[in-house]
Amino acid sequence: MDLKLSAEQKATAAEKAAVDKVIGPSETGWDGGERQARDAHVAFGGHAARSRRHLLIGVLHAIQEAAGWISPGALDYACERLTVPPAEAYGVASFYALFRTAPSPGAVVHVCDDIACQVNGAEDLCERMKRRFGDAGTEAAFDGSGVTWQRSPCLGQCDRGSAALIQRAGGQPARVQIAPADPEKIWSYLTDPQSQGTPAEPTIRSEEEGADGPGPAPRLLTRVGAVDPESLGSYRAAGGYQMLRRAAGLGRHGTLREVKEAKLLGRGGAAFPTHIKWDAVASNPVRPHYVVCNADESEPGTFKDRVLMERDPYALVEALTIMGYACGAEQGYIYIRGEYPLAESRLAHAIETARAQGFLGGDVMGEGFAFDIEIRRGAGAYIAGEETALINSLEGRRAEPRNKPPFPAQNGLFGKPTAVNNVETLLSLLEILRIGGPAYEATGTENSSGSRLWCLSGCVSSPGLYEYEFGATLREVIDGAGGVRDGRSLQAVLLGGAAGAFVGPDSLDLPLTFEDARAAGATLGSGVVLVLDDTVDLASLLRRITQFFRDESCGQCVPCRVGTVRQEELFARVASGTPFSAERDLFADIASVTRDASICGLGQTAVSAVDSAVKLGLIPGASS
Amino acid sequence: MTAVFLETPKRLVDVEIDGRTVRVPEGATLLEACRSAGIDTPTLCYLENLTPVNVCRVCVVEVEGSRTLVPSCSRAAETGMKVHTDSERVRTSRKMVLEFLSSSADLSLASADVQRWIAEYGADPSRYGDPEPPHAAGARDATRPGEHEAATDGAEAATVHQPVKYDNDSYVRDYSRCILCYKCVEACGEDAQNTFAIALAGRGFDARISTEFDVTLPDSACVYCGNCIGVCPTDALMPASEYHMRQEGTWDESQQTVTSTVCPYCGVGCNVDLHVQDNTIVKVTSPLESEVTHGHLCVKGRFGYEFVQNRPDEQ
Ligand SMILES: Cc1cc2nc3c(=O)[nH]c(=O)nc-3n(C[C@H](O)[C@H](O)[C@H](O)COP(=O)(O)O)c2cc1C
Ligand code: SF4
Ligand code: SF4
Ligand code: SF4
Ligand code: FES
Ligand code: FES
Repeated sequence: MDLKLSAEQKATAAEKAAVDKVIGPSETGWDGGERQARDAHVAFGGHAARSRRHLLIGVLHAIQEAAGWISPGALDYACERLTVPPAEAYGVASFYALFRTAPSPGAVVHVCDDIACQVNGAEDLCERMKRRFGDAGTEAAFDGSGVTWQRSPCLGQCDRGSAALIQRAGGQPARVQIAPADPEKIWSYLTDPQSQGTPAEPTIRSEEEGADGPGPAPRLLTRVGAVDPESLGSYRAAGGYQMLRRAAGLGRHGTLREVKEAKLLGRGGAAFPTHIKWDAVASNPVRPHYVVCNADESEPGTFKDRVLMERDPYALVEALTIMGYACGAEQGYIYIRGEYPLAESRLAHAIETARAQGFLGGDVMGEGFAFDIEIRRGAGAYIAGEETALINSLEGRRAEPRNKPPFPAQNGLFGKPTAVNNVETLLSLLEILRIGGPAYEATGTENSSGSRLWCLSGCVSSPGLYEYEFGATLREVIDGAGGVRDGRSLQAVLLGGAAGAFVGPDSLDLPLTFEDARAAGATLGSGVVLVLDDTVDLASLLRRITQFFRDESCGQCVPCRVGTVRQEELFARVASGTPFSAERDLFADIASVTRDASICGLGQTAVSAVDSAVKLGLIPGASS
Repeated sequence: MTAVFLETPKRLVDVEIDGRTVRVPEGATLLEACRSAGIDTPTLCYLENLTPVNVCRVCVVEVEGSRTLVPSCSRAAETGMKVHTDSERVRTSRKMVLEFLSSSADLSLASADVQRWIAEYGADPSRYGDPEPPHAAGARDATRPGEHEAATDGAEAATVHQPVKYDNDSYVRDYSRCILCYKCVEACGEDAQNTFAIALAGRGFDARISTEFDVTLPDSACVYCGNCIGVCPTDALMPASEYHMRQEGTWDESQQTVTSTVCPYCGVGCNVDLHVQDNTIVKVTSPLESEVTHGHLCVKGRFGYEFVQNRPDEQ
């Protein structure tokens, strides 16, 4: 492909080195190296050159980390190395929130002001950030290259009260989460990263309370806190890799049968039967097959996958290996959101040590099948969690969802049969193999088998991660976390995240199962239970939700691209005094087109939470 | 001896549309089925010579058994499908798509069909209040993905209005008219030109068509084939000749004739339509149905006509 590279400033040595570190040095004058005599007689530009497109996002991460932004010269160099047109690469760079395409301070602090943090004083934190660092988006002096801060969507630390992500260029480490966050802690970390050891480590606290708190014996959380997440030996001592051995004993079909008999439903939000996807991929004659773990966890209020990956990374590696075996895939990917540096490094370590000891590679555990895993880091986009958008992102593209059909099982990653599953879904697989599909099916309720993780946050005494067998009621789950804090009364609960629905205090006896939630017009989504007491200003929470969808829409389809903006404007008018009754018809039309005509689940659920609040009469002037 | 290749005859499928049985070849889309049955179906991002991107959603229909509406332009007809094109849900979605677009972009130069659909479906852009003032030049290009805008008070409707980009002699880009239908990107890329000078940049409502870092067209890979102009449904992309005449108030389609001929340059022999006003070529297009061009030309056919008008008597 003929590329026109016109940046006046060429890539700096540091930028080039960062790119080369990811994809190796250039070999010829054709891909950005020194032009040599023999280059005149050969051409490298066809499919082979273009087939490296999928490395683009990793390369952009490297440039961002080296220079603090993606300069035109660096982008040109990346394009030359990967044979990608600069306009397209710019389209990718400008899609993701962790990339900057204009000169930028060396340190960027992303401060969460999303729903759970809102309830815990995010506005106050932003005010303090402003006093310490100046207005959001402005630059404060620091370390020669400056620091800036900005508001961020949920960072997956919702049980901590407040959260921030620090992104740094040039230095080590490049990204770190601070939770709970305050301006002084952020400042002291910035000035002396060593001062806090591994800074994200002490921010993990309350999930153990879930592990040995109320409810039946934990299944998904058994190893959390009990094994050393950085030791394969510790994982094996806790029974690790026995399930992979068992799966190999059962064979592909036997393993698929267990999953089918377990009636496992996906835990990522859509509650789709796992075995249907796996069977479709396993039986597809087209090769190769791919398996993907969706670790993009960005639904506001959700932090379960982070905890599992940080505290029990080998379990995910083992489960994904079993999934690969069952689906006939030799390559698996874990797509993890860029805001989770600790989970990413633990997983990377787990994969490396597992590979070194033959748990990944050409002959996994001597069982005669090959499988390996690569981690791919997201770059700040909620929509990348939608499975077809995730596949586009893995291919080095903008995370725009694809139209379905065709489904990934027919036409997924690189056009091949692909199965995508959530982290928690995969960990459930280990439990299924441990006790057997039929026994697993017997737990929980009729249509919701097994157990589930609940992310409790907001106005609850002990926020954290709690595991219950399906069937526990909302009241039991909230009481299990100590109930509404400070003895206040409950105003509402947001179930399932920003894409979920509010339920009122009269729904406390709702059993948290897929079927009961559906019947009640709610959804379990990704397991969010955001508790809101009578002091919470629901109007501003709703505005934050409308902002979230506006900010996170990929922009591809009209109903969602414009509809999320019109919804935000509508609620801004309501917040400034227009009675909702005057907006009711317009809201109904916006709700109708976004639900019915949007391409993907983001647009289709963009009005859900707000709509449920209207129906519950939580909006002034909306009670019907 | 000449070999004659016969296409294997396509199987036919029967779908029920608005209660009538419609028979189409296997692989045909619901849009094709609707059109063959004479049912007017609005489209904006669909064009015969491009791969369907199904992003505008104005063509949606209701298929029984499907939770959401489906885009007719890309969904293949299947035997036994029951399709409704005039249900309440379909009408509301089509109205809202047209309303969302006409309240955020300038559709005044879109085709007569588009104007008719806006009226027929009752799209009313004024429901969102007055449009916000146009953005400063470059402001939309400088937005950052996922960043909240200054909190809106909802009194004015967000728009994509901004100054025209006029950075070369061949054509202008008036992105106030852009509905983000992806057609120009497809025409510049794999569906025709394979130049990839423009792509989608940014995200959400801030998404836009852009060169890398919004550099000018002369600094970009653009080769001025004008194929993006040929597919743009709203005249956001317009030949400079037409733009000037519109600015001067002299553009008058009722005074124009269209002469179909063949491009004088190379041996490919592309069909060209010369739009002539006052004995002067004011624009060149190529018919979509042309088997040679499928509507696409190169810079010579599209813009290389000035030599014809360099008449000695006028110098
Ligand atoms: C806007 C959007 C965001 C999503 N984000 C996630 C996510 O972060 N993690 C996840 O596992 N699934 C997410 N999903 C659901 C995925 O599309 C997909 O259903 C899921 O990964 C399938 O895995 P499961 O069957 O194991 O749940 C999202 C869906 C939508 C529409
Ligand atoms: S619904 Fe929203 S996020 Fe999904 S494809 Fe459409 S614009 Fe993108
Ligand atoms: S004129 Fe041709 S090369 Fe230039 S942007 Fe349009 S389609 Fe692409
Ligand atoms: S410029 Fe025209 S063709 Fe391109 S996306 Fe906008 S409206 Fe469509
Ligand atoms: S970390 Fe703030 S809402 Fe999740
Ligand atoms: S014409 Fe079908 S989605 Fe645009």
